[in-house]
Amino acid sequence: MGDEPRPGDHVRGDRGEVVIVQADFTCPWCALAHARLSEWERERPLRRVFRHLALTAKHPRAVALACAAEAAARQGAFWAFHDAVYADQGRIDEPHLWALAQRLGLDLERFEADRRDPAVLAHVQGQTKEAVLAGAMTTPTFLRDGKPDQALYHELVRNREDAKTRSATERGSEGTRTL
Amino acid sequence: MTDLIEPGTPAPELSLRTEDDDVFTRDSLLGQTTVLVFYPFAFSPVCTDQLQVYEQVSDEFAKRGAKLYGVSTDATWSQKAFREKLGVAIPQLSDFEPKGATSRALGTYFEPGGMTNRAIVIFGPDAVVTWSYVADSPGDLPGANLILDALDAR
Repeated sequence: MGDEPRPGDHVRGDRGEVVIVQADFTCPWCALAHARLSEWERERPLRRVFRHLALTAKHPRAVALACAAEAAARQGAFWAFHDAVYADQGRIDEPHLWALAQRLGLDLERFEADRRDPAVLAHVQGQTKEAVLAGAMTTPTFLRDGKPDQALYHELVRNREDAKTRSATERGSEGTRTL
Repeated sequence: MTDLIEPGTPAPELSLRTEDDDVFTRDSLLGQTTVLVFYPFAFSPVCTDQLQVYEQVSDEFAKRGAKLYGVSTDATWSQKAFREKLGVAIPQLSDFEPKGATSRALGTYFEPGGMTNRAIVIFGPDAVVTWSYVADSPGDLPGANLILDALDAR
């Protein structure tokens, strides 16, 4: 077991394969994985579970955005916030967050208070530490049976990107041929 | 290439340069549990992930009385810049001159690449190796859980 959503998890979809993603909101690989999982959602039944893997040292805005996502969740807008941030990785600073909160129809004052709530920070840090202690070494990390699943990471993220790079290289080596 | 040093083996003589221009020797291992984290190159993207993830659970290493060090063949100045860029506190030890001498003695040097392998060596307070690990490939990052499990198994 270990692949069932837990209380407190953010879950999208009510049937199908469970994919647990440990991610942060400022990581390009996470955004890429999100795009691919969104395709999967359109193709098949899928239950997506999101948990935080927000490394303070790795991405300066990671923890702030994770807390903002939890604040949005308190107003029922976690997934709307999640999708919007991954769709626009160039706008993740404070004014952008306020604009996003307004666009999502959130109570801005409550959003501001909630994302600074120490309980929210403790939740984000707790999930991050749990992920690292289970062996997570990159963002995003997918879980299968409670352990990091590198095969899914490669399927969703790296293979796709490597294929793109190979394709570009092949195009380059073949002069002006267009595909 | 020498084999990776095995558990139960006393530490050989070491000579690694610290950021303070001091020398980290075999005697520096005495009195505390030491975890040497060997990484191939400062500023390589994969190494960046590794130390930042370990930093995230530094309290767990402290709780087990273990002191972590990053080790590579980069010069001290490069390592310092790397550490500062990462925003981590894990001290760095340089195996720059003679290049890789300590890493060779511990079996953590990768000859064809002229670099340290991605390896981890844990020494007990008596300077005897309690656990050692080398990754199958430099791209494989050993999880923090592996180190913590090894520390718990002492």
